[in-house]
Amino acid sequence: MEKMKNRWIALYVENQVGVLAKVSGLFSAKSYNLQTLTVGTTEHEDVSRMTISVKADDVTFEQIKKQLNAMVEVIKVIDLTTIPIHMKEILYATVQGLDSVGKTEAFQIAEVFDRGGSVKICDIGEDAVLFECTLTENKNNELISLLKSQFKKVRIVRGGAVAIEAISRTNR
Amino acid sequence: MALNITGRKLFVKALKEEGVDTIFAYPGGMITDIIDELYKTEGIRVILGRHEQALVHEAEGYARATGKTAVVLVTSGPGATNTITGIADAYYDSIPMVIFTGQVPLHLIGNDAFQEVDIVGMTRSITKLGVTVRNREDMGKLMKMAFQVASTGKPGPVLIDIPKDIQVTVGSPDYPKQVDIRGYHPNETVHIGQLKKAYRLLKNAKNPLILAGGGVRISGAQAELLEFATKMNIPVTTTVMGKGVMPEDSPLYIGNCGMHGRYAANKAVTECDVLFSIGTRFNDRITGDLEKFAPKAQIVHVDIASASISRNVVVDVPVTADAKIALERLVEYAEPMKTEKWLSTIAQWESEHPLSMPKSKIGVCPQAICEGINKVFSDANIVTDVGQHQMWASQFIKLKKGQEFITSGGLGTMGFGFPAALGAAVGNPERPVVLVTGDGGFQMNMQEMATAMTEKIPVVICLFNNSNLGMVRQMQQLFYGKRYEITDLAAKDGSYYPDFQKWAEGYGCKALRVTDAADVVTALETARSYKNGPVLLEFIVSPDDLVLPMVKGGTPLSDMILK
Ligand SMILES: Cc1ncc(C[n+]2csc(CCOP(=O)(O)OP(=O)(O)O)c2C)c(N)n1
Repeated sequence: MEKMKNRWIALYVENQVGVLAKVSGLFSAKSYNLQTLTVGTTEHEDVSRMTISVKADDVTFEQIKKQLNAMVEVIKVIDLTTIPIHMKEILYATVQGLDSVGKTEAFQIAEVFDRGGSVKICDIGEDAVLFECTLTENKNNELISLLKSQFKKVRIVRGGAVAIEAISRTNR
Repeated sequence: MALNITGRKLFVKALKEEGVDTIFAYPGGMITDIIDELYKTEGIRVILGRHEQALVHEAEGYARATGKTAVVLVTSGPGATNTITGIADAYYDSIPMVIFTGQVPLHLIGNDAFQEVDIVGMTRSITKLGVTVRNREDMGKLMKMAFQVASTGKPGPVLIDIPKDIQVTVGSPDYPKQVDIRGYHPNETVHIGQLKKAYRLLKNAKNPLILAGGGVRISGAQAELLEFATKMNIPVTTTVMGKGVMPEDSPLYIGNCGMHGRYAANKAVTECDVLFSIGTRFNDRITGDLEKFAPKAQIVHVDIASASISRNVVVDVPVTADAKIALERLVEYAEPMKTEKWLSTIAQWESEHPLSMPKSKIGVCPQAICEGINKVFSDANIVTDVGQHQMWASQFIKLKKGQEFITSGGLGTMGFGFPAALGAAVGNPERPVVLVTGDGGFQMNMQEMATAMTEKIPVVICLFNNSNLGMVRQMQQLFYGKRYEITDLAAKDGSYYPDFQKWAEGYGCKALRVTDAADVVTALETARSYKNGPVLLEFIVSPDDLVLPMVKGGTPLSDMILK
């Protein structure tokens, strides 16, 4: 069996009641390994776009695409694994129980990860700071493991990846 | 501009424009307006079943006998939930059907109102499409979509949920001729390159075999299949759902393959070097152990649903196409092949282990009943329930051109048979309908006798009474040391309920009990002469009779239990 890999799909779907349930229901009914799913509207009010990340081998991934394509409410399936894309995920991380040394360290980490405003400390308390990050899923993973290794109390809220086809370059 | 009309009027108008002549319905609070409209309508026969599950099976039988999209109408809540098993059955056997459910008024949805259920949500994974009409102006479009989606591509059930207030809201009288559905493009072409590749592979085979499934029937490609196989001299095996797509008197037809397939057919699948499969999804009942399925063969798979291809069986040449479109092309290419040796090998296998049952210890031999049916009802549509009797019917009943074999293949729903037989008889009164059923499954929907009597539906019910849940008992007999837990339907003292003769009498239904194989043909002839309603023929069958050959689930097709 081929290797399990993370893969991404973008879906254009009818913006109707129940479509999200139908798409996510497919993943549970067929035991596909859904990692993240985000959904929002597009330039057309009646069309939504989903970005889905799954962990699957080649054969299962082909099946997933076909099954999605077969749904009446799915307008278009785009395999993001094979094309240049831009992809970002929102991440909030609260680090608590900090003394002043810890706070300084948190600010340093934010600075190191920042790429032109993609990571910042957006809120601060007596013994806590809040990170706000817009990085790739992988970069967010790295940041999270660093925070967990450096600090005791870390709360994580992730939004799931959102992706769009690249105009000129690849970024993943 | 035409005058605006109520939703209930539009409902009936839509049915008329779709050419619906029959609907299967059961009333309730949330559809009283629609049924009142039906009262005022002529030209649509409304069949009142006695249970909503049965309604759906009746609709399935109707669709299978006519090829038309069947229509079901039920109320909200329990009416809707009762249809679920039927909808699942229709989904797995690709039966075109539109189910209309009543729903509580829009402003009550989500309130846990009386008889409110989220039927669209509950049936999402067993319908091609399911929607609640939330706006009267969408009603026409959604109804059109339902009929369009149900009947095209890989057909299947569509559910339209109509809140009570929508039924009386006034709006546009328009019912569109066609709806453009941007996410739905059933395959209407075939990739010629792929098809030629498939053809070349087949042409160069030494031991080619065609495996035909229910998709061939759905696309109406029976004639093309016969022509193709005959021109090329290639033997044909079928799935249970494909039974009948090849006339069984053709010398190239070698019977069903799969769990209870013929010895020669399963051998042929195992030994062939090219397997040309068309209109089947390679269900596990057909393949046995997937790793060892057709181990020597390169596999071509033609199917309308690309999602069915390379899902269960890894395929060498995939062809996404409607069976008829593909076969029409293939017939043009077809040239005779030298398959005499291969055909005689198959014939040899057949003579080594022909399909035949040993004499039963007690009662009537199931094979004799099936052969009686072949004799007396060689023009009938055959409907079955689920169990041993179903497999015997699939083995021993021989279909001629035009005869349908209507059975629950994908879901294997006990209780399917009797209502489906009624639906088939309603849909196509030209052909007699013979039901082959077991005493277990028959009891799951035998309330429909009232429907049969009131509507005077002439079906011949062949009840194989072995007083057991035979198919499960067979597994206990073979694999569980004869520990017959909850498969004996009789009481401890041996008494059996109900007495089917008295039961039938209660309905005023003509009934006969047959205990001797010598009386089979006479009984069937008597039943045939009676045309004014159902006839019950109760055949007493031994609980020890087995369906053989049998491939145990999960083992290779070549490992057949033969005795
Ligand atoms: C609704 C449903 N429940 C349970 C089963 C499992 N099952 C399959 S065959 C069978 C026995 C059927 O017995 P009967 O109708 O008497 O037919 P026979 O096998 O004896 O011919 C059972 C219980 C099923 N297929 N469907």
